[in-house]
Amino acid sequence: MAFEHPYLPQTPEDEAAMLASIGVGGIDELFGPIPAELRLRAPLDLPPHLSEMELKEAFQALGDRNRSTGRLDNYLGAGAYEHYSPSAVRHLLSRSEFYTSYTPYQPEMTQGVLQALFEYQSCVCALTGLEVSNASLYEGGHALAEACLMARNRTGRNRVVVSAGVHPEHLQVLRTYTRNLETTIAVAGLGADGRTDLEEVRRLLAEAPTAALVVANPNFFGAAEDLAAFAGPAHAAGALFVAEVEPVSLAVLRSPGECGADIACGEGQSLGIPLGYGGPYLGFLAARMDLVRLMPGRICGQTKDSRGQRAFVLTLQTREQHIRREKANSNICTNQTLLALAATFYLGAVGPRGLKEVALHGAAKAHYLADRLSKLPGVRLSHTAPWVNEFTLDLGRPAAPVLQAMLERGILAGLPLERYFPGRDREILVAVTEVKARGKLDRYAEVLAEVLGGG
Amino acid sequence: MSEEKLIFEKGAPGRRAATFPALDVPALDEAAWLPEALRRGAPPDLPEVGEQDLVRHYTRLSQRNIGIDTQIYPLGSCTMKYNPKVNEDVASRDGFRNVHPLQPDSTVQGALAVLWEMERWLAEIAGMPAVCLQPSAGAQGELTALLVCRAYHDSKGRRPRTVLVPDSSHGTNPASAAFCGYRVETVPSRADGTVDLADLRPRITPDVACLMMTNPNTVGVFERDVRAIADLLHDVDAQLYYDGANLNAICGVARPGDMGCDMMHFNVHKTFSTPHGGGGPGAGPIAVKEHLRPFLPVPRVRRGSDGTFSLDHGEPLSIGRVRSHTGNFGILLRGLVYLRSFGGDGLPEIARRAVLNANYLLSRLKGRFDAPYGARCMHEFVLSLSRQKRERGVSALDYAKRLADYGYHAPTVYFPLIVPEALMVEPVETEAKETLDALAEVLGAIDAEDPSALHAAPVNTPVGRLDEVGAARNPVLRWKR
Repeated sequence: MAFEHPYLPQTPEDEAAMLASIGVGGIDELFGPIPAELRLRAPLDLPPHLSEMELKEAFQALGDRNRSTGRLDNYLGAGAYEHYSPSAVRHLLSRSEFYTSYTPYQPEMTQGVLQALFEYQSCVCALTGLEVSNASLYEGGHALAEACLMARNRTGRNRVVVSAGVHPEHLQVLRTYTRNLETTIAVAGLGADGRTDLEEVRRLLAEAPTAALVVANPNFFGAAEDLAAFAGPAHAAGALFVAEVEPVSLAVLRSPGECGADIACGEGQSLGIPLGYGGPYLGFLAARMDLVRLMPGRICGQTKDSRGQRAFVLTLQTREQHIRREKANSNICTNQTLLALAATFYLGAVGPRGLKEVALHGAAKAHYLADRLSKLPGVRLSHTAPWVNEFTLDLGRPAAPVLQAMLERGILAGLPLERYFPGRDREILVAVTEVKARGKLDRYAEVLAEVLGGG
Repeated sequence: MSEEKLIFEKGAPGRRAATFPALDVPALDEAAWLPEALRRGAPPDLPEVGEQDLVRHYTRLSQRNIGIDTQIYPLGSCTMKYNPKVNEDVASRDGFRNVHPLQPDSTVQGALAVLWEMERWLAEIAGMPAVCLQPSAGAQGELTALLVCRAYHDSKGRRPRTVLVPDSSHGTNPASAAFCGYRVETVPSRADGTVDLADLRPRITPDVACLMMTNPNTVGVFERDVRAIADLLHDVDAQLYYDGANLNAICGVARPGDMGCDMMHFNVHKTFSTPHGGGGPGAGPIAVKEHLRPFLPVPRVRRGSDGTFSLDHGEPLSIGRVRSHTGNFGILLRGLVYLRSFGGDGLPEIARRAVLNANYLLSRLKGRFDAPYGARCMHEFVLSLSRQKRERGVSALDYAKRLADYGYHAPTVYFPLIVPEALMVEPVETEAKETLDALAEVLGAIDAEDPSALHAAPVNTPVGRLDEVGAARNPVLRWKR
C-alpha cells in the first residue's frame, strides 16, 4: 500500500503513467545519481506520521503549556509590546493570494503585494520623516546592524558609537554582525536622568573617526531622548546619525527626520503584529534619499506599464545579492514582507488619529501606574527624564522574588533588568499599553503592595 | 483593466477603521509631560479610511496577486509547495500567538518544547547533532554558519580567508561570505553542471575556510563527488557547507551529514511548507557537526532531567546572537506541524514524489525544449531557450510573460547564471499529474505561437509589461501628497 497523504496527490495509476513517460521502472531509479553509500538504509529515527486531527490535539496540548497574555496580566515590553490589533488586520492577512505568494519577481502577476509594499514604504517614510524605506528586514536587531553597515560603507570608517540606551539584544546582534569586519563599537553611557550622556558622546566622537552614532528613542529604559541634540555632534564629526525608534511612539515623539537623523531603524512588531514568542517580527529601515543605493534588501518603486498605467516593481536591484553576489550591500534575500503588509493594514486601520490615541492612552495608563507604584514604600522610578509608556522601577530590594510572587498571582509584572545588566538586581522594566483597563492597573498596584508588605 | 488607487488616495480626513475604549485614567497634559523639543510637530501622513474601504482596498489588491492557492508556481529553487491550512490553525492558537518572548521559562514550556522538538527533527534529518533555530531566513543561516566556521578556525589559532562557491550557487552564498569578512573564490562547473574535482583540487589550500555547496545543485543535478570533496576539504581542516535550498530533493532519502558536510541551513519556508508571504517571513535554522557546536549562537534550549525546558544564555565560545529572541517562532512551529504530519515514515515520500514530478514534467518538455543537463534530474531542472532566442527571436523573459497570459506563474528565469536564457523549473510534490500536463501543454503551445504574441505579452494581466529601467532611473519609492 502506497503512503497516502493529503498533500501528495499522485495515485498508483498516476505514478505508473509518469514512470512510463520518464522511461524508468520505479522511483528509486531516479535516485540513482546519489551514490548508494550516501543513501539512508534505515528510516529516520522520528515518530510516525499524524492525521490532521491528531496534529491538532498534539499541538493544542503544547499550546496549553504556555501561559499566554490571555491568561496572565502582562507588563513585559522591552522591544515587544502587547497592542490591540483590529480584526480587519488579521482577516486581510489571511488572504492567501498574499500569504501563499512568492517574492514579486513577476510583477504583472503580483501587483497586489507590490502596491501594498509601496504603501508600506510610504507609511514608514511618513512615520520616520525620512525619504526612502526598504521593503523590510528580519527584525529590529538586524535593522540596527544593517543601518550601521550602511554608515560604514558610506563613510569608509569602521567605528560605531552606540548609546547604552540601545536594546541590549540589538547591540549583541550588531556585535555578531561586525565581529569579522574589524569594526569597533564604543558604548556611550547614560546620565543620571536615564538619557544618553551627550558629553560622553562628544568625547567618543572626538576620539576616533566614526561611521555612525546610534541613539534609541525611547531608549531601552523608557526615557525619551532629546534626539535632535545628537545630530549636530554626529554630523560635525563626519558620522551619520542613526535613530533606532519605536513606531507607535512616533505618533507623539519628534520623528528622526525632524531631528536630523540620516537613518532610522527599529522593530515594527508594535504595528499590529502578535507577540508570537518573538517572531516573525518586522525590521524597518528608512533613510535620506542620497543613501538609497547603500540600502540593504528589496525596494519597491513606482513605474508605468506598456499601457501607460501606474504600476509597481522591485527596483534598484543592482544593490542586491542575486545580481551583485559578493559585492552586494547585504546578503538578505527572503525578508518579512507579510509582516510589512500587517503593519500597513494596521496603520491603514488606525490612521494618524488612532495611532496617536494608542500612544497617548498607553502613556497615560503607564503614568497612572507609575504614579501609584512609586508611592509604595521603598519603590521609586529609576530615572527622572520624560518617558512614554515604559519605565524603569527600582523596587528597593531584590526584584526576582517579587516578580515570582507577582507571577504566582497572575501578573507578569515586568522585566528584571538583571537579565541584561548584572548587578541591577533591584530594578524592573514595566511597559503599559492601551490594552490595560484601569482595574488591572489598580490590581497591579494592590498586589505589589501586598507582595512588598508581606516580604 | 484599471489602476487601483493607493490607500492614501482613498478615504477622507477624519475617517478611521479602528477606535479604542474611552480613556479611563487621567489624560496627560502634553505640554507638561513632553518638552516641545521632544514632541512631534505635524502628524504622520497616514491613510484615513473607514473599515469597509480598508478591507475592500486590500481585498482588491489581493485579487491583483497570485499565490500557491490560486495556481501552480513552478519557480526553480523556491520549492513552492502547498502551504497546509492546519499549520495556520495551529499557529493562530492563543497559546502560541499571544506569548511574550521575555516571559519566564516556567510560563512558556510549550513553546520551548516546540523548539526543542524541532531541533531534534532537524538534527535527525541533517545527520548532524547540533541545531540552532535562531536565523530568520536562509541567508541569515548562511551567515550564522560562516560565523561559526570562522570562530572554529579562530579557536585553533588559524585565519583561513577564502570561501569557495560554485558558479551555479545562489547569490546569497558569496554575499554571506563577504559579510563574514571572507574572500570569495568562484569555482567553475563542468559541462554536466557539477563541481569539477580536478579543477577544485588545486584550489583547496590551507587558506580555504569553507566550500558552500547546494546539493542537488541549482541545475538539478546531484553532486556525486560530494564525499571526495569533503575529504579534500577536511585534509586542510576546511569545512563543507550544505545550502539547504534544494533539500526537498533528498530529505529523508539521504543526509548532508552522511555526505561529509559539516554545517547546513534549512529553508523552513521551502522544504517544510511554510508560506512565503510574498517574500517572507522564512526561517533558516542551521545544523552543525559536533566540533562546531560550541560556537553556535545563544540562547540554547535545554531539557533538564525532570523534563522541564529552559533557555541557556551562557556559552563562552558562542558567536553571540544573530537576532533578537529565539527565532521566527511562528514559522518554526508551522514547520514542525508539517514534519509531524509526515512523520519519519512519510518524509521520504516527499522527496520521492518531488523527483517523480520533476522528471515527469521534464519528460513532457524535453522534446520541445533543450535540456542542457540531460533527460533526468532531481527535484528541478533547467531548460535553455537559447535556440528559441536565436531562431524565433524570443527570450526566456518573453516566455515567462506569455505564461502569465495563460494564468501560469513562470519558472525562475535567467538563473542559474551559467545557463543562457535559462528557465529553471521546480514542480514540487504537491502538484497533481494533470496540473503538470496542463503546464506542459501551455509551454508547448507558447513555443508554437507567433513570436509577436510573446513580445506583446502579457495582455491578460492587470498590468502590462513594466518599464523597469524607468523605475530604476527615476526612482519613485513612496507616495507624497
